[in-house]
Parts: sequence; C-alpha cells; structure tokens
Amino acid sequence: MKHSYFLRRLVMFFVVVILAATLNFIIPRLAPGDPIGAVLEELRARGASTGGDAEDEIVAAYRARFGLDQPVHIQYFRFLFNTLRFDLGHSISYYPQKVERALLRALPWTVGLLAISTLMSFAAGSFFGAMMAWPRAPGFMKRFVPMFMVLSAVPYYLLGLILVYVFAFVMRLLPLGGAYSSGTIPQLDLDFLLDVIRHGMLPALSIVLTSVGFWALGMRGVMVTVLGEDYLTLAEAKGLPDRRIFFAYAMRNALLPQVTSLAIALGTVASGSVLVEVVFNYPGIGWLLYNALRSSDYYMVQGVTFFLILTVAVSVLIVDMIYPLLDPRIER
Amino acid sequence: MIETFIRRGKAAGSYIWRTPKLLLGLVMLGSLLLLGVLGPQFIDVDKARPISVPTRKPPSAEYPLGTDGGGRDVLAVLVVGTPQTLRMGLLAGIVGVVLGTSLGLIAGYFGGRIDMVISTATDTMLTIPPLAILLVVAASVRTMSVENMALIIALLSWMFPARTIRAQVLSLREQPYVHMARLAGLSDIRIIFEEIMPNILPLAAASFVGATSGAILAGIGLEVLGMGPQRTPTLGMTIYWAQLYSALINGLWWWWLPPIIVLIILFVGLFLVSAALDEFVNPRLRRTG
Repeated sequence: MKHSYFLRRLVMFFVVVILAATLNFIIPRLAPGDPIGAVLEELRARGASTGGDAEDEIVAAYRARFGLDQPVHIQYFRFLFNTLRFDLGHSISYYPQKVERALLRALPWTVGLLAISTLMSFAAGSFFGAMMAWPRAPGFMKRFVPMFMVLSAVPYYLLGLILVYVFAFVMRLLPLGGAYSSGTIPQLDLDFLLDVIRHGMLPALSIVLTSVGFWALGMRGVMVTVLGEDYLTLAEAKGLPDRRIFFAYAMRNALLPQVTSLAIALGTVASGSVLVEVVFNYPGIGWLLYNALRSSDYYMVQGVTFFLILTVAVSVLIVDMIYPLLDPRIER
Repeated sequence: MIETFIRRGKAAGSYIWRTPKLLLGLVMLGSLLLLGVLGPQFIDVDKARPISVPTRKPPSAEYPLGTDGGGRDVLAVLVVGTPQTLRMGLLAGIVGVVLGTSLGLIAGYFGGRIDMVISTATDTMLTIPPLAILLVVAASVRTMSVENMALIIALLSWMFPARTIRAQVLSLREQPYVHMARLAGLSDIRIIFEEIMPNILPLAAASFVGATSGAILAGIGLEVLGMGPQRTPTLGMTIYWAQLYSALINGLWWWWLPPIIVLIILFVGLFLVSAALDEFVNPRLRRTG
C-alpha cells in the first residue's frame, strides 16, 4: 500500500511537469503576435532597419537561431528535452541573455519578499486563530480578528495602492516602489540591507494584512476540533497552567494541518508575486513575467511559467511525501 | 404550490434577517447592482468614453468624482464598469460551477476509471498556478472582450467545485435511499437527477459564490495588469491607466481611489455572503466566531 501511494504521487508530479511544458509550448504559439516581428518593429523604430532584403536575412537568421525554421514536432521534442534539462533558452528581447540566468537573478527578490511575509502572516494568523477558538482568550482578541477576516477578502494589490498613497506619497515615510534606491549598487552591507528592508515594508505589509485572516480562519477550524479532544480535558483535570495547555497541548496539535497549507503557500509564492511586484515595481519573478509578456518574449514567458508551475508541483510533492510521516492515516 | 413558495420565501427572509453577515453582504452587493441599474438614469454614460470631458479635473459639482487623464468622467466609468465586472464574474462563475458540478457528479457517481481520469485532471489543474496560465492566454488573445475573458477564467475555476461535489456524491451514493432507488430499477440518469441532484444543490450554490468571487478576483488582476477588455471601460482598467500615468504620485486620488473602493465593497460583500452560505451548508461552523 505504502509504495503505491508514493508511486502515484510521483507519477502525478511528472504528469504535471510534462503537461506544463507542453502547455507552455502550445499556448504562446497560438498567439497572433510574432516574436521576430516584434524585434523587427523595434529595429525599425530605432531606425536600425529600413526593410528590404537585409530584413529578410535578419528574419531568416533569427528563425534559424531560435529553431523556428524546423517542423513543429521537432521543435516540440527539442523544447521538451531542453526544458527538462532546465535549459530554458535565450531571451528574445534581451538576446543573448539566458532565461535561467534572468530567473536566478530575479528569484532572491521574490523569495525574500514573499517568503518572509508569508511566514509572518502564518505565525500571526495561526496565533490569532487559535485565540479565537480558545474560551478563555482576552475579549479584545475576538473583536479585532473579524476585521482581519474582512481584510482577507480584499485583493492585496488594491490595499497596497492605498498604503503606498498614504505612507509613501502623503506622509513620505517610505519609498514608492522598487527593491532598493536607484543609484545604489546591490552589495552585502548594512546600509544596503536597511534600504532593502525599507523598500520591502509596504509590499510586505499589504500581503500580511490581507492574508492573516486566511490563516486565522483555518486555525480556528482545527482548534475547535482539538479543543473537544479527551487529552485536553485530561490536561485541564491535571491542573496544568492555562498557558501550557494552550501552547503545548492545543496549538501544537492544531498546527499540523496548517503546516501543510504553509508548505503549499510557500510553493505558490512565486506565482502569487506577479501583481504585487508590478504594483510596487519590485524586480522579482512576477515583474520578469509581466515584462516578458509585454514584449512577447516567447522564451522568457515559457521559462518563467514553467518555473512557476515547477515550484508549485515540487512543493505539493514534498507535502504529499512528508504528510504520511506526520499523519499515518493519510495513506489509504 | 404558491403557498409553499411564499412560506419558503418568508423563511428565507427571516433567515437573512437573523444573519447579520448575510444581510450586510447582500446590502453591499445590492447597492453595487443599483449603481449599475439606476446609475445610467442620472448620469450621462457617454462621459465614460475617452476624451469626452476635460482631463485631470478634481471632483466638482459638474464631475462629482473628477475626471481621469484620458478624459473620462470617473463616476460615469464606475456606472458603466461595475455591471461589466459583475457580469463577467457571474458568467465565469456559472460556467465554472456547471462544469465542475457535472464533472464532480460523474466522477463521484460512476467511480472507477472515469473517476480516476477526472480526479487526476482536477488535481493536476489545481497544481497549476492559474494567474500564470491566465496571463499567458490573455496575452495571446488579440481582442479581449468581457465574454471571452469570462470563458477563459471559467476554464480555470471548475476544479474546486468539482472536488467538493465529488466528495459529497461519494457519500450520497451509499445512502439507503439511493440503494432503494437502484433496487427499484431506476436508471442512473434518474437517480442522478432525482435522488442526488437535490442534495448537492445547496453545496453547488455555496461554491457558486466562491467561484464568482474567484473569477472576479482573477479578472480584476488581469485588468490591473492591462490585459483585460480594451473596448469597454472596466474598474481594473481604470486602475491600470492610473498606475501607468502615475496618478498616485501626482496626487490625483479621485482617479484610482473610487474604483478601489467599489472593488473593496464588492469583494467584502461576496466574502460575507459566501461565509454565511458556508455556515448554512455546514452548521458546524456556526458554533464559534
């Protein structure tokens, strides 16, 4: 039984990855826009090309360079093979920049901003949610948690815009956008770090404020069930201090399902980043995807989407693999 | 017949009245609906077209919410844009839930190989981040209209309903009355429609609100990124233009704040209604909070 469970998950992982690669191959090709045409238009706009024979040669050279002159099925298998080796090709707009290099450069920003804010809201939300179900919680807790729940219905980028206006434009406390002040060179010293933190504050705040409610809601649900368990009654009968019952008995057990959601949330961090990064001009993966789409940069779009799907698939796989260890009832 | 209808209507009415969450949510959604329905009676919707009014005027008696950088009256844009957003969400929600419910029913009722194919497809699609796919598809569609945006979004919003409905059907299938119906020689089609369907409708209704809300969220996301419908003024597109022309740092708050407020009312309203419906369907949630 055990083996079939793991095998099924593993097969599904590969199905997702290959499906993702295939979708990535098909969808951009359905687009009416032609990537080579886009490059040519840019050349014309800059006055670098005047059309005619020279232009045909450029088109032919580009097509050969990117393998677009091959039959579709050859293109497909070549693409699949390269993708699985994580060779994502060259960016068309920023040739000869490699897609995976651009990805790796953008990744730390996205992971830094979103992973930290996800962890922060997870910690705060789980605590508040546990408090909501706890009969002896201070009264004010129960009143201000619903506010977070309502906030969780608001898309974070809309809240982000309001926060930028208030804190960056009206009060001039924090920067308007970007990941660091223009003019500074990214390096590892205290000044730069503080600058990055200052820039990350507003996007992080908008994410935390809008996702605390989600974690609180989940935690409350589990906590209600846990509080009805016999071992809790026993802990109370033994006369253990409230604080200890709350943290070591109730919350600790209620956290288990929350951790699963956390792993998945961390996996979707990269794909959730698109809007927040566009609103805040943050140079991460989402920003990269957005710009690639605007300039119809096939390979960049394919590479980024594939990467996004891969991160989600990997985190789901990890959760599925770890979960039976935490809760043996899962393997049927 | 009419009497039961009235009685049920009264019961529903008093339930709404006793549930402040539901009442508040419905009032919020209703006010937005009124804005779209009654708005055109009082406001000249032609002013929602570009270059129909002077640009970047602050709120005044003539333009209650000011005008934007493209020469549109912001209030007129809200009146035209809000119903578009609702229409898109409802359309995507209906298509998504009908698709998801049918697939969930088939998978749960027939089981076996069909179930395996549908469940694997559902799980696979749930893994794929929807916004990434949406962006790529949206960028590939040359002229985006409200309808085809709704359809694209619907194709990515059937998975949650499918999963919920399948789980419910799995347990309903083993109920004594379904066994009875089968022993009585009812066909599968009749069992599905007469015995199982009535019992999953409340669940389908609850997931419909969720799907609609999710669809609007996705749609607004696309619009804010500038990939929504281009012909009709929408709320998200207004925010996109405001962003593009730096309305924020020029202090033109009347350009971007009103659409954001309308959207916040919309999302909070949907959230309240969906939370209330969840409690109705799943009474265990009513105990706390």
